[in-house]
Amino acid sequence: MNTSIAAPAPTVTPDAIPKTRFDAKPLLLVLVLALAAWPLVGSTSTWLTLTIAGLAMGMIVFITASGLTLVFGLMDVLNFGHSVFIALGAYVATSVFGVLNGWTAAASLVSNLAAVFVAMLAAMALGGVLGLGFERVIVRPVYGQHLKQILVTIGGAIVGEELIKVFWGPAQIPLPLPETLRGAISLGDVTVDRFRLVAVGVGGVVLAALLYTLNRTKIGLLIRAGVQDREMVESLGYRIRRLFVGVFAAGSALAGLGGCLWGMNQQIVFPQIGGQVNVLLFIVIIIGGLGSTLGCVVGALMVGLMTNYVGFVAPKLTMFSSIGLMVAVLLWRPQGLYPVANR
Amino acid sequence: MLNRLLSHDLPRNRVLALVLLAILLALAFTPFVFPGTKALNVAAKIIVFIVLAASFDLLLGYTGIVSFAHTMFFGIGAYGIAIASTRLGTGWAAVAIGTLAALALSTLLSVVIGLFSLRVRAIFFAMITLAVASAFLTLASQLSDFTGGEDGLTFKIPEALQPGTSYLDDPFLGASIDGRFVTYYALFCAALALVLLLLRIVNSPFGRVLQAIRENDFRAEAIGYRTVVYRTLASVLSALFATLAGVLLALWLRYNGPDTTLSFEIMLDVLLIVVIGGMGTVYGAVIGSVLLVLAQNYLQDLMKLGASAVEGVPLLSQLISPDRWLLWLGILFVLSVYYFPTGVVGRLRAMRARAAAAPRS
Amino acid sequence: MSAAPLLKLKGVHTHIGAYHILHGVDFEVPAGQVTMLLGRNGAGKTTALRTIMGLWAASQGTVSFDGAQIGGVGRQLGTPDIVQRGIAYVPENMGIFADLSVSENMLLAARGARTLDQLDTARLEWLFGLFPALKKFWLYPAGKLSGGQKQMLSVARAMVEPRRLLLIDEPSKGLAPAIVQNLIAALRELKRTETTVLLVEQNFAMAKALGDHVAVMDDGRIKHRGAMAELAEDEDLQHRLLGLSLAAHQ
Repeated sequence: MNTSIAAPAPTVTPDAIPKTRFDAKPLLLVLVLALAAWPLVGSTSTWLTLTIAGLAMGMIVFITASGLTLVFGLMDVLNFGHSVFIALGAYVATSVFGVLNGWTAAASLVSNLAAVFVAMLAAMALGGVLGLGFERVIVRPVYGQHLKQILVTIGGAIVGEELIKVFWGPAQIPLPLPETLRGAISLGDVTVDRFRLVAVGVGGVVLAALLYTLNRTKIGLLIRAGVQDREMVESLGYRIRRLFVGVFAAGSALAGLGGCLWGMNQQIVFPQIGGQVNVLLFIVIIIGGLGSTLGCVVGALMVGLMTNYVGFVAPKLTMFSSIGLMVAVLLWRPQGLYPVANR
Repeated sequence: MLNRLLSHDLPRNRVLALVLLAILLALAFTPFVFPGTKALNVAAKIIVFIVLAASFDLLLGYTGIVSFAHTMFFGIGAYGIAIASTRLGTGWAAVAIGTLAALALSTLLSVVIGLFSLRVRAIFFAMITLAVASAFLTLASQLSDFTGGEDGLTFKIPEALQPGTSYLDDPFLGASIDGRFVTYYALFCAALALVLLLLRIVNSPFGRVLQAIRENDFRAEAIGYRTVVYRTLASVLSALFATLAGVLLALWLRYNGPDTTLSFEIMLDVLLIVVIGGMGTVYGAVIGSVLLVLAQNYLQDLMKLGASAVEGVPLLSQLISPDRWLLWLGILFVLSVYYFPTGVVGRLRAMRARAAAAPRS
Repeated sequence: MSAAPLLKLKGVHTHIGAYHILHGVDFEVPAGQVTMLLGRNGAGKTTALRTIMGLWAASQGTVSFDGAQIGGVGRQLGTPDIVQRGIAYVPENMGIFADLSVSENMLLAARGARTLDQLDTARLEWLFGLFPALKKFWLYPAGKLSGGQKQMLSVARAMVEPRRLLLIDEPSKGLAPAIVQNLIAALRELKRTETTVLLVEQNFAMAKALGDHVAVMDDGRIKHRGAMAELAEDEDLQHRLLGLSLAAHQ
């Protein structure tokens, strides 16, 4: 017999318990950003198209960045080699699509989605496995030494990129979307790229899964606690080192997934594709707050939206818009949108 | 006297001293000893990278700051000359104005960046400098009216330095004495002066405070040194030296574009040089630069030999393919960080210390 | 009444970097009773606890728990492995996870429970009785609690599941006297369950109220070992060891 102890005894009324007010300000910011862009863009239909494009891009960036921010928050490791897993994901997609040619060429949505699904799984699997190896060989020897970490993971990135060139060649490879996912659909005046819908969908699923794991499972609890105070988690009897490895592998798997989606978004894959996104990732996790998943989502959405709006209104300023956003956020909250309380 | 010149920072190892001497002589007499334009170009590149890497070592090795925005200052120096020469016409005035403007801009930016580095944690800072460097690269590519955009700027240098200017009709001891020759020696002397100056700086009380800050900034502050001031000064000095390296490069190449000076590849090259050569030792920059630039240019030829041997073997041929020289350099880099944290220079010096410590029985 | 020692330190030296903190610490913690570890600031008490926990490795000597060596020369287990043998730790800084709720803090400490539902209801009610604030702020982020409440949470966490040994580091530090009374009452309850406790304290009222045995540390060494009652009666000894008397600090 186990009564749920989640709610306190009736002697204290629910209103009397001060509950945390969820900090929704950063979420509102996203809304504000979108609405502010509306008049600047001009036409509503274009604005909607850009918004969806921005959300899709934001989702892909979030998936890719989520691993990076968790690994940093939990293990205090900044992995400059993250870009390798992203690139790997994109290249795996090309190989999978090459093998599953029949499925991608078919005019059936089911086959096409199946091919995409297989590509995503393969990217995640490879990313996860190689992430394990990367953690063991490259990162583990330099735990706690930030400078060496930066250097060594950069070295890993260089070697990784070259190895990708060894296996897939240095030239860029086109990654055409499967038959039914090409092009756009029109909802009234608004054109929405089909693939973007897929990206938003996948992103939503990943976000939900991450939030569920972090907030409703014991492992997620351990991760959230470990981000704040590693030593205390060990003092409670948990072997947090093992958790580190798992989180690192998960982060690399997510990077692979993100890379796969990014490659499909760009429809062309080249060895530097990881590095290209990397700068954006750093901006996103700084905006969101190092270690915060929710911050990562908000940051990614903001960057995605910003890039698309500015890309339309003033294309030359696109890169700066992201940096400008970062500076603005840091001025408001120097530790990021959702700072993680560290010991 | 040598002691004074090197600011009492001797190589402290026979092998190292010999190697450095060899490098010095080789570079000094390249036009005579190594004929051909390729050799001269390689030598000039080595010289420029020595200055650039040494300036980065001041920041990384001596002060302990990781900044990926270093190539930005390199680019500013090069663009300074390029833009001035394009807009103000060729001549020493343009060079002077370009250099001064570049130095001024670098000072301003490095002060901002230096001050910012103190507000945020090291890892934060590293990421932000990466973003800033990217932004600068994009800026240079997009302000095409000003910077020549993606294509860059080709310009003329003062007549005295132009390749076409001939001083002697006949070659002297194998080298043709023309503007190119003069430019090369201008680079050589400037670089030598800058390296000696850098040695002077890192071995001065200022340099020692930097190292103290690197080891334990909290303690340094407690003793009474205002770390803010020292770190900012180190940032500025490092940036200025990098800017001058850019000036030298521009004078040699007579061209500058975003990829010539601002690319991330160059940042990685500098990082590789400093780590493999040895952080916190100016000589490391010298050795590392020679290793890297020679590898870039000649390792490929070496690998071609190996590649022909394993031609046809599927994976192996790709691994040894001369295009993949960076793979091996990258592996060397990672191994350096683990096993030779003090780099080539540090290793050599440690060998000597161990030999000296061995009992003379 | 001599009980078999549950925890035993023998000739333990601990170095932290270049600093030699513990100089040959020898003492035993008898099972089922409360042992006080007294001493002024800087005596090495916290270092001793952290060494037992494996957070710092002993450079010489051995630490044994229940007859088996858990730390020191020859065999040094990692902290999680040491803790899993049945040790709970209440650190000086309380180790509260500020962004997590009170309930989540408690859930973390309960290794046997995957979700809140799996927590032992009876035990939880018992803890709510001892620490009413926990119940009141159950869903509240722990960082928003007052200092005293945080301390209660930290102790409650160590009690959420039965443990063989509790290591508690200066729980009354910085707390108002009324709250200290609360703490004493709670620890008295714990005592009734015959849990072994090693309690580091500078509050002598607490020491006298709870301690069965006492060890006094100074300069990283044990200066005195014995029954609490004996020390409580001997004012001269108190002056000599601690520089003041227990009576003066009621």
